[in-house]
Amino acid sequence: MAVAAAARPAPRETSTVRRSRLTALLLPGYAHLVILWLFLPIIVMIAFAFNDTHGRYNFAWTGFTLRWFAHPFNIPTLTSAAVTSLWTALTATLISTCIGTMLALAAHRYDFRGKTLIDAVLIMNIAASEVVVGSALLTLFVTYGVGLGATTVVLSQVMFSIPFVAITVRARLAGFDPALEEAAQDLGASPLATFFLVTLPVIFPGVLAAALLALAICLDDYVITSFVAGNVQTFPLWVYGATREGVPPQVNVIGTLIFTAGVLIAVGGAGFRSWRARQFARESSSPIG
Amino acid sequence: MATASVGIRRPAFAARWGRALAPYFLVFPGAGWLAVFFLFPLFTLAITSLMSGDFIAGFVFTWNIGNYAYGLNLYAPQYLHSLEFGGSATLIAFLLAYPAAYWIAFHAGPRKSAYLLIVLLPFFVSFVLRTLSWETLMGDDGPILSPLKSAHILPPDFRILATPVAVTFGLAYTFFPYMLLPIYASLEKIDRRLVEAAEDLFANKVEVFRRVIFPLSIPGVFAGVLLTGIPATADFVNQVLLGGVGTTMIGRVIEQQFVANTNYPLAAALAFVFMLGLLAMLIAYQRLFGTEELMRAR
Repeated sequence: MAVAAAARPAPRETSTVRRSRLTALLLPGYAHLVILWLFLPIIVMIAFAFNDTHGRYNFAWTGFTLRWFAHPFNIPTLTSAAVTSLWTALTATLISTCIGTMLALAAHRYDFRGKTLIDAVLIMNIAASEVVVGSALLTLFVTYGVGLGATTVVLSQVMFSIPFVAITVRARLAGFDPALEEAAQDLGASPLATFFLVTLPVIFPGVLAAALLALAICLDDYVITSFVAGNVQTFPLWVYGATREGVPPQVNVIGTLIFTAGVLIAVGGAGFRSWRARQFARESSSPIG
Repeated sequence: MATASVGIRRPAFAARWGRALAPYFLVFPGAGWLAVFFLFPLFTLAITSLMSGDFIAGFVFTWNIGNYAYGLNLYAPQYLHSLEFGGSATLIAFLLAYPAAYWIAFHAGPRKSAYLLIVLLPFFVSFVLRTLSWETLMGDDGPILSPLKSAHILPPDFRILATPVAVTFGLAYTFFPYMLLPIYASLEKIDRRLVEAAEDLFANKVEVFRRVIFPLSIPGVFAGVLLTGIPATADFVNQVLLGGVGTTMIGRVIEQQFVANTNYPLAAALAFVFMLGLLAMLIAYQRLFGTEELMRAR
């Protein structure tokens, strides 16, 4: 009886061990396959930037060349679309970073009437479907006779990037000690001086991250921008329009360059953060005095 | 002594007013911008949807409810396609994102943030370009199908591109981060002591997952479903580039009615109906879970 009871758990134990060994391979394998799936189109995009294509279409592999990298900007309309993308997105980012940071500061620091309403509008804005927002903006501009163009693109891009900035900066502010601001004010700093000398330096990483996020969203936007752009072409609009006649390899080259820049910024940022964390750990662990 | 107290009281009075108004100074530009370019346009959209007339002669507000009846009648299949493709794409994104997020949150160890970054890197590439790459990948003579066809594993007329499958997978890919991030956030914040407690109480790995980890991650799952489902249902870029005849979704119809046909009232009615449907989903979500997880997700 006692022997049987002692013997019983043994086979169960080996089966769970075997099972956990299987899952130990299964789960990471699955996760890595998902990551591979995520990178498939990126690999294709980069590969076809080196494709020695001669026809209008860049769908079939015909050999390796570097000539598209030698002249990435020799399609004037594409280049001007990329330039338009860049300056409209930068303008929109600048405006929405200021406005969004102000919203985040207000929400972090004060309780005021309408705070929950503003939160609800921010959430609605993020969750709203782009087709609806784009059509709504188009009816607004048409109703009031506002000509479509770069201005309406910037106005719209500011609108949909404000919530992302506000939420990102607010997350950073959550760890911000209000005693620092009070100390500055006790020492005679004006509210503005307090903001620029104390608050901004502390929350700057958050503001920068928010600005980069806003820039990425504005640069990438197709749907809303397509509704309000009129005859103006941004990079995504140009690429989408070119799909019918065949997309030239220069698009892949520009895409590869943007991807590389994004990777460098992200990896550099992550590296900087971990370096600073190590530095901070070393400083706080070293004996003082 | 008396003058000193007066001297103190005055700035205090001004400061009190300043303090009362300060939040509104900070809020005004953002709230104003969102009111003019987000909330008010929804009103002009509703007004436009009740107009009649045409682009040349001009549109007039006539309480023309006919736009709704006409639009819903004519484009019911496209609404259904949107729900079908958007829904399946959300499911696929969930099936791909949850195990990956789970593995990163619980088993990636010190490389956790590195893996999270790697997962998000592809999304630095422009959305249109990524979709275009899928068009190349899934093409009839593309790098996946053409070797399988020449090896006679697949019949020569087999295709993925221009089918609902292509559209669904394209949508799942496009909105993948919106599924992964909230799920990851909710898994990441689970108190590890709860998992240890369950293990101490002799729960096996499956039971720990089923009875502790998964229930605690449900808010993240729902946030992910919402943040993936809404844009996936509305999107038309994937459908135009990867779909074919008979895969048209409502987003494409709305865009075409606005841009190509300039039938603004009909397009506005179609968009407004779509928005009301999504709003109903959002309100149901808010009632169930609040907005906290959505704020965290981004």
